[in-house]
Amino acid sequence: MPRTVRDVVFVDGVRTPFGKAGPKGIYHETRADDLVVKAIRELLRRNPGLDPKKIDEVAIAATTQIGDQGLTLGRTAGILAGLPTSVPGYSIDRMCAGALTAVTSVAGSVAFGAYDVAIAGGVEHMGRHPMGEGVDPNPRFVSEKLVDESALFMGMTAENLHDRYPQITKQRADEYAVRSQEKAAKAYANGKIQADLVPISVRRTNAEAGETGWGLVTADEPMRPGTTLENLSGLKTPFRVHGRVTAGNAAGLNDGATASLIASEDFARENGLPVKMRLVAYSFAGVEPEVMGYGPIPATEKALAQAGLSISDIGLFEINEAFAVQVLAFLDHYGIADDDERVNQYGGAIAFGHPLASSGVRLMTQLARQFEEQPGVRYGLTTMCVGFGMGATVVWENPHFESAGGDK
Amino acid sequence: MSTTTAELLKGAAELFPDEVVTQAHVRHLDLPFGAGRFALITLDNGFDHTKPTTFGPQSLSNLDLAIDQVEREAADGGIVGVGVTGKPFIFAVGADLKGVELLKDHQDALAIGRGGHEVFKRLAGLAVPTFAYYNGAAMGGGVEIGLHCRYRTVSAALPAFSLPEVFLGLVPGWGGCTLLPNLIGADKAVSVIIENSLNQNKQLKGVQVYELGIADALFEGADFLEQSLLWTASVLKGEIVVDRPVIDRGEAWDQAVARGRFVADSKVHGAAPAAYRALDIIDAARNGDLQQGYDAEDVALADLIMGGELRAGIYAFNLVQKRAKRPAGAPDKSLARPVTKVGVVGAGLMASQLALLFLRRLEVPVVLTDIDQERVDKGVGYVHAEIDKLLGKGRINQDKANRLKALVSGVLDKAEGFSDADFVIEAVFEEIGVKQKVFAEVEAVAPAHAIFATNTSSLSVSEMASKLKHPERVVGFHFFNPVAILPLLEIVRGKQTDDASLATAFAVAKKLKKTAVLVKDAPAFVVNRILTRFMGEVQNVIDEGTPVTVAEKAVEPLGLPMSPLVLLELVGPAIGLHVSETLNRSFPDRFTVSPNLAAVVKAGKRGFYVYDSGKPELDPEVSALLRQGDTVLTEEQVRARVLDAVAQEIGLMLDEGVVAEAQDIDLCLITGAGWPFHLGGITPYLDREGVSERVNGKKFLSPGVASVPA
Repeated sequence: MPRTVRDVVFVDGVRTPFGKAGPKGIYHETRADDLVVKAIRELLRRNPGLDPKKIDEVAIAATTQIGDQGLTLGRTAGILAGLPTSVPGYSIDRMCAGALTAVTSVAGSVAFGAYDVAIAGGVEHMGRHPMGEGVDPNPRFVSEKLVDESALFMGMTAENLHDRYPQITKQRADEYAVRSQEKAAKAYANGKIQADLVPISVRRTNAEAGETGWGLVTADEPMRPGTTLENLSGLKTPFRVHGRVTAGNAAGLNDGATASLIASEDFARENGLPVKMRLVAYSFAGVEPEVMGYGPIPATEKALAQAGLSISDIGLFEINEAFAVQVLAFLDHYGIADDDERVNQYGGAIAFGHPLASSGVRLMTQLARQFEEQPGVRYGLTTMCVGFGMGATVVWENPHFESAGGDK
Repeated sequence: MSTTTAELLKGAAELFPDEVVTQAHVRHLDLPFGAGRFALITLDNGFDHTKPTTFGPQSLSNLDLAIDQVEREAADGGIVGVGVTGKPFIFAVGADLKGVELLKDHQDALAIGRGGHEVFKRLAGLAVPTFAYYNGAAMGGGVEIGLHCRYRTVSAALPAFSLPEVFLGLVPGWGGCTLLPNLIGADKAVSVIIENSLNQNKQLKGVQVYELGIADALFEGADFLEQSLLWTASVLKGEIVVDRPVIDRGEAWDQAVARGRFVADSKVHGAAPAAYRALDIIDAARNGDLQQGYDAEDVALADLIMGGELRAGIYAFNLVQKRAKRPAGAPDKSLARPVTKVGVVGAGLMASQLALLFLRRLEVPVVLTDIDQERVDKGVGYVHAEIDKLLGKGRINQDKANRLKALVSGVLDKAEGFSDADFVIEAVFEEIGVKQKVFAEVEAVAPAHAIFATNTSSLSVSEMASKLKHPERVVGFHFFNPVAILPLLEIVRGKQTDDASLATAFAVAKKLKKTAVLVKDAPAFVVNRILTRFMGEVQNVIDEGTPVTVAEKAVEPLGLPMSPLVLLELVGPAIGLHVSETLNRSFPDRFTVSPNLAAVVKAGKRGFYVYDSGKPELDPEVSALLRQGDTVLTEEQVRARVLDAVAQEIGLMLDEGVVAEAQDIDLCLITGAGWPFHLGGITPYLDREGVSERVNGKKFLSPGVASVPA
């Protein structure tokens, strides 16, 4: 049977506001599954043209798949969201690139013709499920020196990356972080972020954390607008004495969820669904686990090669800011300036937060907004580093691209 | 709140130190779409959903403090609106009944009524729009808090919404009687306040709350609060305008109140005041004068709280909600043995109904046996047909129907059927010799641990067990017709019944979802003995010369589900006669056998009335059979005779230790004979009317139990 690979598009994406993990965080008394369920429901409400019966898959990522993030979340979240029982679902894990992998997995199936439309997203409630909860690393990792002991601690891998690239100083990382906060605050002020947020009702019974009773979360909790270099310079370097990585130049520990609709372009057009981005290529690559922040570089090399593009063809970048050093390593590799305006126009995870397996779709949602605003841009990419030494990159094409307006 | 009300509430709070106090948390949030700063009040008693949020005096004071805060903020322009919602799964379920029970003077009762009004009214009086979000169960005062708000949303997942006051013997007196008809019209309000309440406290679901117009918007449970707040933002920005239908305050209002009176008459026959008081307030509320309505509610509440009906209603509510769940005298449940297969001896109608009940509730193999294949097939056929009916009504799905059908079987050979049964119940002919023989046969084939239960209504359980090798395994398991509907199960302990067998019987009863009451092995146990004495006395006065209509009418104030002779018709005159003969043998001085009843039975009549005119009229053929004396009593005299007899019989039963306490008598009569909630069964009424003291020299219940505390 002859097959035709089909064009795959990003129809729409939403997310919950991100919260700070911990007893005083906004989501401390909110279940992880409820977060992703509410994101899915909002996605469907925003796209009334989509008959839920037609959804072929629900792929939901979580790093720590136990408790309210376990029980085959893609399936249970679908049922909880009110999808017909005929819609299947599954869980997915590639740590920080969970939601991104959910997107590429269903996209592959759409391209192959197995699905017409699918929901892909992720959730991480790092307050309820701290990184490393319940892990049991094989002792051979250490005994056979398969990885350095630091590989399991993301902050240490970021220090290792500073070692590898001595030109990336703490000063540069802090400057980058300050800009991220500034850009995020500006994006909020200009209403670029709120439109894709799902308001979440939250209960609080602990008076030490603030007013008790039900509240409503409509904005990201981790943001620190007005952060200055001076604020950052005095912060502790918890991963190494006299180190460079601080809470200020890294993403925090966060709670949040995302969801997106991925479809074949034909299906989207036939059903009157928006086409916000067209998938060009995606790639994953492995690197030494102790410098996992290097991962986006080989992943991007592979993806660009597949697409027949070069880095100069990319007009917009959404790079997950797990650590400033990891973004800077990427930018240095490609000779892009630290403050290049194509990069993370709305700010990044250092400001918004990084609830591990949910973040990939946040990058896409923001890139989609930027595409819409900048029809002169043809290609953009979303990329992120992944624990245990990986990188993940997706290259997207702007469907609003006007060839007369430019060639990038 | 005015100082006096604050003081009154403080006084009430002192009376009620054990109140489970509800907090009213005020939390601020930014509404979506830039609609502004909003104060959301969460009602929460700090427990999970198994302990629903209620209102006593301290709780009302807490809400009052919360309103102080939002009132200031509203006046200062700090907030654009105020919302009220509940903890997960619960909005609020109204006044704390434990607190109401403690009230002993009119003044305190008035304070509770006024306190609620004063606090709730403040919500309506705020300078900003108010919103109630009915997120979960809402009853009574919980519903009424929301009625004081300008707007309401309701969750489609809300399982229970009601104004149950009339059911308990109160009126919805924190604004319900006044506000609800003015919101949704008198007819729908009568349905909620009167009809649902008197219809075993029927609950509304979220969708119905919306369809009735009580709520302005309906949202699914998954993100109910989020969507309610988004809706709120749209309302505040003027993007959504809530449009409510105009209320007909003329003829439709009259008709609604008249319908309410008809419903009340048909349920309580004027014997309980609450429904009528509520209807009077609804009637007057048509002028839209809220304060006048609230004042009327205060007075009605205080009167009713100080009256016997409410106390009896709360007493009855506690019996079926609490005592029924922890049967008095039941052995430790850890002694119960597992029941993984049930045998039913007999395949007649009663046996088949029992088989169906065991099948549906226990979902274990159920085997019917009888003396010939035809009867066995008929019994199994009945069960299959009932399963198909459930399937047809959508009560069970095809898989469940298949499962249940596969579990029921019928065999002729008891050894084949019962060799691995853990529990065998007999429903064969009501004759001691027959039953003894049946149990002996079962004992020969059943496992040593198997429990033998008998559905006898009048025979001695001990005698039935006496010929067995293991009489300790026999228990009485007396159901009431219709088995699927009436909750009561009298569990009879024979002289030799051991704790393990009894514990197993109670465990099975619980799985059957029956209200089990432990009863001594005494003639006719509880319900049949009282009913027979009661009807026997009615029959006596008729036999002596009182007209049937007078005798029947005399007991109407008891609010029974049907008149004595209609009940006798339902039971069957022959069975009624048989039971009276049985009891006459045990207690010849008190239980008579009516010659007129014997004549009716002999003539083959199945009832006393004909319904040709649409109303029951004494059958002329029955009338011709009656041989009456010439002593004609008035209704009052008949009532006194009958009540005296009932009081005497109950007194003797308690002396004999038939049940642990008078409470069990009432629980049996409510759940096994449908005697009314608003009288608390019968003993609170006998106490209140002075019958108990007249007959037995003392009351059945201590002061404060089903009555206003001294």
